[in-house]
Parts: sequence; structure tokens; C-alpha cells
Amino acid sequence: MTPVLELSGITKRFGAVTANEDVSLHLDQGEIIALLGENGAGKTTLMSILFGHYTADAGKVRVNGALLPPGRARAAIRAGVGMVHQHFALAPNLTVLENVMAGTEPLWRLRSDRAGGRARLLALSQRFGLKVDPEARVSDLSVGECQRVEILKALHNEARVLILDEPTAVLTAQEAEGLFATLREMASQGLSLIFISHKLHEVMSASDRVVVLRRGRVVAERRTADTSKEELAELMVGRAVARPERRPARPGAVLLEAVGVQAKGLKDLSFRLHGGETLGIIGVSGNGQTALAGLVSGLLAPARGDLLIRGQRPARHDVPHAIAAGIGRIPEDRHAEGTIGDMTLWENAVLERIWAPEFSAHGRVKRAAARAATEKILKDYDVRGARVDGRIRLLSGGNMQKLILGRVLEAGPDILVAAQPSRGLDEGAIAGVHARLLEARARGAGVLLISEDLEEVLALSDRIRAIVDGRLSPAIPVARADARLLGLMMAGDWDAAAAIESGETPDAP
Amino acid sequence: MRLERRDSPAAALTLLAPLGAILAALLLMGLLIMLAGGDLLRAYGLILKGALGSRLGISETLTRATPLILTGLAAAVAFRARLWNIGAEGQFYMGALAVAAFGMIPAVASLPAPVAILLSLIAGAVAGMILLLVPLGLRLKFGVDEVVTSLLLNFVAVLFVSMMIDGAMKDPLAFGWPQSVPVPDNAVLPKLLSRSRLHAGLLIALAAALVIWWVQARTVFGLRARAAGLSPRAAAFAGVSLGRTLIGIACLSGGLAGLAGAIEVMGVKGYVTTDLSPSYGYSGIVIAMLANLNPLGVIGAALFSAVMFVGADSMSRAMGIPSYIADVTVALSLLCMLVALFLTQYRIRR
Repeated sequence: MTPVLELSGITKRFGAVTANEDVSLHLDQGEIIALLGENGAGKTTLMSILFGHYTADAGKVRVNGALLPPGRARAAIRAGVGMVHQHFALAPNLTVLENVMAGTEPLWRLRSDRAGGRARLLALSQRFGLKVDPEARVSDLSVGECQRVEILKALHNEARVLILDEPTAVLTAQEAEGLFATLREMASQGLSLIFISHKLHEVMSASDRVVVLRRGRVVAERRTADTSKEELAELMVGRAVARPERRPARPGAVLLEAVGVQAKGLKDLSFRLHGGETLGIIGVSGNGQTALAGLVSGLLAPARGDLLIRGQRPARHDVPHAIAAGIGRIPEDRHAEGTIGDMTLWENAVLERIWAPEFSAHGRVKRAAARAATEKILKDYDVRGARVDGRIRLLSGGNMQKLILGRVLEAGPDILVAAQPSRGLDEGAIAGVHARLLEARARGAGVLLISEDLEEVLALSDRIRAIVDGRLSPAIPVARADARLLGLMMAGDWDAAAAIESGETPDAP
Repeated sequence: MRLERRDSPAAALTLLAPLGAILAALLLMGLLIMLAGGDLLRAYGLILKGALGSRLGISETLTRATPLILTGLAAAVAFRARLWNIGAEGQFYMGALAVAAFGMIPAVASLPAPVAILLSLIAGAVAGMILLLVPLGLRLKFGVDEVVTSLLLNFVAVLFVSMMIDGAMKDPLAFGWPQSVPVPDNAVLPKLLSRSRLHAGLLIALAAALVIWWVQARTVFGLRARAAGLSPRAAAFAGVSLGRTLIGIACLSGGLAGLAGAIEVMGVKGYVTTDLSPSYGYSGIVIAMLANLNPLGVIGAALFSAVMFVGADSMSRAMGIPSYIADVTVALSLLCMLVALFLTQYRIRR
């Protein structure tokens, strides 16, 4: 039987960098392949070549045995290859139906066949259990729903091969479960799928076969049933990854305290953060995590209630006061909030503390000092692949996060708010981020960790609270956390947590 | 054939882009001259000779370039921070009118010349600022698009000038012509060259370009303004107040356009009329784009425009080709520049 999709000997270079070298893989009908690799291993480049966004320097792509002309996305679509991008390619001001139908009809047709398109969309959504309202505006949809629209769009184009680029990067655990159920259903109906991932547990649970890429080459191919997480991790990174160890906490004075804070997205929020401890905040995405991070970061002022830093109310709730009061901030979204892509590394490194006497005097930037400080961060935090004067958009996500960690920690903050600090990073980079967060805690800083990754929260936190609809649950010590209890907390059922809190932590509000 | 985004645009390419654009615009202009039945080489020669071939030509070109440098800077400064100030024309007129109004204060006539000049320049700049702060305030407070408001304010400003110079500020000695009272003698800018119109405003414009370059490249304010322009969200996260930064930018941009108007009145014309500006404000936008928003590049772009305008004037007199050819060429150079800028970001594949 000819494979549905076959890549042979694909090589692609960008200048001196080799993104893919002699990559070959095949996909059979009804099969789910996971393409596993760290950030920068060449997964996305490979799929972009297949889909015609890039032209390979060498190699061939065959669909059902027929050669696909290079560099033509349209040819790939016509051959039945669909792609669901990591960053959705949807028009937010159009409805679901309009997005799905865009580009499917010839431009010279005067009337678009909305009724037909709608019927087809509903049939598809029924068949694969992808529930979505065809008339809803895309800007009103959640990320999970947007992804469903992307998949439906590909299916509407009669895709037989579906490529998903890091489909779970933006989803909550529950949404990811739902997505994988859908993928299974699609495979059982004869579709073939490739999904790109660097998360081992989802590769293990959702794929039939795993292809591991490292530095642009295929280093291994395994049947999922015959391998293990540990083996895959080693293959992916090229060495065994040791997660940093957590020493017991030595909680000190209360550094940060919220007393009945109300603000946009937050309702009656109270918590205390001690020096030398990590308070983990779990929750389903969209329950106020962004607002909480914004509150502590100085972006959002409380409408009612108080946010006390070392028992004192800050003179103003804004970013410079927050930073000056010793709050270090790791933003939720590295690209949109944490960095400015077209500015240089040094400008990005010093912008949030440009008012400090180290970096400016009388309104003049001390460029030499700023460059030197950035150089130090690059060295101490092992930021690779960049120059101080280079634009930051050229950095990979992991290196960008290292630079952000560097600029925050070099200021020696007492309070660290880390929002989704390892989102989208590979195993090696995550371990590095975690080590830095533990280091800050060991030095006596209080760490507020807001994360949707339960494993991460369990590995780093001393106490855990859940955020539900802008409110915080009672805190439980990490030793008492188990899947059932955390699930209850995230669902808003706080009786068990309250019982534990009143028994164990007398200082909680 | 398709387009592929370059990973990082080469520095040399960014420098070559405006030169290529100007060359392409000149070639396209040649087509038009041939259509009009002119001798191509003679036309190019006459333009060059008219603009640069004599003492008078050079002084006229530099005089023409002076307001263009300032309005070009006004646009470049604002666009860098993504503040779309299309209202430089109106700010120019308000700056000019403010100088004339200031000159009507009786005490001004007895001031020493340097003080009178300085205060007049400040009056012009402040008037330009105020006119731009209106649309900015509307944007910050209500989210009104400043492209529309600043553009429409141009007409309001010109009509206001028209009302004033036909009313309260009308010159009683002008035989009924609608023109303002003249600038007092002690506020007139000194000439740089005898028997020419070239005045000290050119030095002010050149100094302004240097200062703006320095502010953008070396100061905290410049860094913040660039950050706010490139990514308002990331800038806000880093503690850059968007409102305060934009107010600063609006003061610079409106101030420069107002200064252009002030200098034109104080150096060239001596009084305000409604044809004071052959759309210097709008040309500033073209010049800023041609300079890729670089303050030092603005000088070069303004010189190019001035050469085209002055040269085409004398060429058209000699050859009977309409002098609109200059407007067309400058407009073409903007279109070519936009294409060239695009090509510095993308490459064409097969």
C-alpha cells in the first residue's frame, strides 16, 4: 500500500543554519504520528515545507504517490493536506462559517453558497464531534473553539491528511483531552494525522507512532506502544534530563498580602505570600490568572481592597512602583508582553528599569552600561544565538525566556510573580527556568507561581491555591495535594481545602 | 513567482532603498516628459541646472528645503511612535499665524532681535503643539482615530487663518488683500546670503534634525517612544505610559510643524496668507517615508524634494512642460519608496 504521505530526503538551510537535514518519514492511512522534538529541532520548518510555505533545498514530498510541486500551499490543499497552525490564521471579524468558507469559492462567483456551506459545516461538526456555532463571530470564541474552527476549515477543504502544529500549546488540560478524542475519531474514520509536540505525555497518550527530531535530523522512530516517556525524553534532548530538586521551604515574613482586592476580573481576592516560599496558583484558563498577574505586576490597580507590599500600601499602583518595591515580573506572554521583537536585546533587557540610575542619568540612556549588563545576562543565563545589538525576535522562545529571567533576577527582587513561566518551552529550558525559580526561593524571595501546568505547580510550590472566577480557594500544603483534591479546588468545591487550611496553616487569611 | 520574508533585512539594502526609489521615480518621470514631447536629456539637465546650477538656484533650493525638513521631521517623529499625524499642514498655518499674532503685541517691537526671534519661534511651536494635542486627546480619551481628526483639522486651521487675516489680523496697508499684519522687523530671521531668500531658518531646521536624532537614539524618552510605537502592550508591561509618551511625541511633532510655519513667515514671506504653504505639511509625510523615518535621512529627502520643485519650475519654463511634473515625481518617489521598503523585507522567488 502506498503511504498517504511520504517525505524523502528533505533538507532546508537558512543561511548557515540547517533547519532540516535529510529528513524522511511516511504516514499511512488512519494513522496518527507525533513529531516530537525540542524547540528549534526543525519540526515546524519541516511541516511548513510539506505545506508549501517554504521551498526545500533538496528532497521530495509525495501525497498518495503523486509528487507535490514545491512552494505551493494551494497545491497541498488541493492534494488534501490541511494544516492547523499554532497561531490561528482566522479573521476575527468574520463568523465561523465565513472563515471556513473563505478561499473555497472562486472570486468571480457573485453569490456565495452559504446554505450549502452551512450544511456541510454542520455535518462535519456532527461527524467528528467538533461543536461550534456557525454564526458566532470568531473574536467571541475561546482558544479551544478557535482551534475547532481551524480543524473544521481544513476538513471543509476535504483534507485527508491533517497537520497540527503544537495543537495543545494554548489549550487547558480538559480541552486537550477533548482534542485528542477528536483526533482518534478522525483517524478511525480514515484520516491521517501528524501532530507536532514537545510534550511527552500527550505524545504517549495520543499517537500510534513517534518520530523524534533533534537538530533537524530524524534521530529515532518508535511505535508508541513500544517506548516510554523516559526513552523519548532522552532521545529528544540527547541526554537524560534531571528535574531540579526542591529543598524544604523556610518561610519568612509576609512580603505580599492581598486583602479583599476587587479589580477587573478579580472578586474579593485575599492571599499572603511569605519570603522563602512558593505559592502556586492553579486553575482552568480564563478564571482570572491574567488579572492576578497584572495586579501584582502593577498593570492593574485594585478598585477596592488593598495590595500590601511588606505590610505597606504602595504610593501608586503602577509598574515602576512595583519594580522599585522589589517585585520581579515574568510575563505570561513572552512575545506580546515580555519583549518587543524589533528592538535589540539590550533595549529589551533594560527597558523596564531604564529609570534606574544604573541605566540612565538626566534622561540620557547609559548605553555602555546597558550593553554590559545585557552581556552579563547572556553569559550568566546562557542565552544562545544572539548578539547584544541583535533584534530579540531572532531568539527562540527558550532563550527569550532566559533573557527575561535574567533581567528580572539581576535586579534582585524579593517578590517574584511568574505567570506561565514554562509555557511553550522544551524540557531542557523548563528545567532551567525551574532551577532559577527555586534558586530565588532559596535566597529568601517569595514566589507567586501562576500556572496551568499542574506538574509544574506540584514540582515547585509549597502551598497551592486555585483561582476560580476571580476568587482564590483556601491554600493547601503541597504534601496534601492529590489529583482529586486539586480537581475539586479547580472546580470551585472548596470544602475539603478549607478543612485542610484551617487545620494546618494558622496564618492564612 | 512569490514573495518570501527575509529573516533579517540587510543594512546595505535599507540604505539603498531610498536611492533606488528616487532613481525609479526619475525614470518614470522621463516617460512622462517623453509623452509631453520633451527632449529627455535636456529636461534632466535643465532640472539639475535650475536647482543647483547657479547661486540663485542653490539658494532657492535650500530655502525651499527648510520648511520641508521641519515638516518631514514632524511626520517622522510621530510615525515612529505610531501617532499618525496627518495634520502638519494645519499646524504649519497655526504656527505661522501665532507668529503674526505675537508680533501684534505692542511691547514686542521694543525687544532686542534675538529675544523677539526666540519668543516668536516658541509661539509658533506652541500653536502647532496645541493643534495636535486636540486629536491626540480625543484618541486617548475616546479612541477616536487621529488620522481622520488631524487631517480634517487642517481645513479648520486654514479657514481659521483665512478668517483672521480677513478680520482681526488684517493688514490695513495691504490695499484690501487678505493678508496678516507683517512680522515686526526685529523678529525677521537674518539672511544667510545677500541678494537671496536664504535665511537662518535653514540652520534651525538642520539643528532640529540633529536634536531629534539624538533624542530618538540616545534618550530615555526616545527609547520609550519607540517601544510604545512598536508594541504598546509590551511597553505598558515595561511601565511605559502610553498616554504620557504620546503627549510628548505630539508636542514634538506638532511643535516642529508649527516651527516650520513660524520660520517660513519670519524668514521668507513676512506676513501670513492662505497660500503660504504649497502643501508643505503633506509633503512632510512623503519626505518622512522617503527617509524611512530617520531624522538625518529627512534632510536628504527634503533636499531631493526641493531640487525637484525648484528644478522642475525652471525646466518647465524653458521647455513648456507643466511644472506639475515635480509634484508627480515626488509622489512617484513615495510609491517607489513603499515598494522598495517592501522589497527590503521580502525577496522574490521564481
